[in-house]
Amino acid sequence: MKNSMNLQFSALSQNESFARVTVAAFIAQLDPTMDELTEIKTVVSEVVTNSIIHGYENDPDGIVYIQVTIEDNLVDISIKDVGLGIVDVEEARQPLFTTKPDLERSGMGFTIMENFMDEVEVLTQPGKGTEVRLKKHLHTSKMLCN
Amino acid sequence: MSLNIEMEIKHDVLLLRLSGELDHHTADELREQAANAIEKNEIRHIVLNLEQLSFMDSSGLGVILGRYKQIKQVHGEMVVCAISPAIQRLFDMSGMFKIIKLEPTEEFALQRLGVA
Repeated sequence: MKNSMNLQFSALSQNESFARVTVAAFIAQLDPTMDELTEIKTVVSEVVTNSIIHGYENDPDGIVYIQVTIEDNLVDISIKDVGLGIVDVEEARQPLFTTKPDLERSGMGFTIMENFMDEVEVLTQPGKGTEVRLKKHLHTSKMLCN
Repeated sequence: MSLNIEMEIKHDVLLLRLSGELDHHTADELREQAANAIEKNEIRHIVLNLEQLSFMDSSGLGVILGRYKQIKQVHGEMVVCAISPAIQRLFDMSGMFKIIKLEPTEEFALQRLGVA
């Protein structure tokens, strides 16, 4: 059965925790392992933080949109902003690359997404915004029974 | 859930015990408190006890790296202890253990810096 949810909130750093906890609560019905849940929470935190800091440059009028769809053991997450967009995605995805070293950004966001998810797709257009699509197959105990 | 920061100073060592969640939102608070403590107390070394830290993302790595750079200027060392497997994966992924030492407990970490 396919099941989905939508979430939208102001680009405020206090909503980062709200976003990852809410996504984790929705996915909990698939009975994920603690590791899988931690991985998804970390990745949601990375993308939402990128939207707030880079997409909207901390403008609280910005809105972050999240859509999560689950079907069987597949988790499909889309996180979108209509902010500045990324000029060079290849460069942005390099480990340790950051445009904001003065803010003590580690440049590890995309590397963490790629390590923790099965698929990471970045759709972006400078001046229009960025959408990050993430997919992960859960190794749920339910699947073993089926 | 937010971040709780407990600080203790032993000679030139700053012991930081973190509990809760370290993300972009809470990293600012940690940066401010730790940076001030390092400057005011002529700190050379840092012990980071992460036993009670339930969540961390790359913003946490950034602020930890920032404090490492701060004490590196006075030729200090950073030791992390009691790290959970999930957070250890983030450290491994980013090569943090090439510059930051890892110890199983706070006691070992303090011993390593000679202030146990």
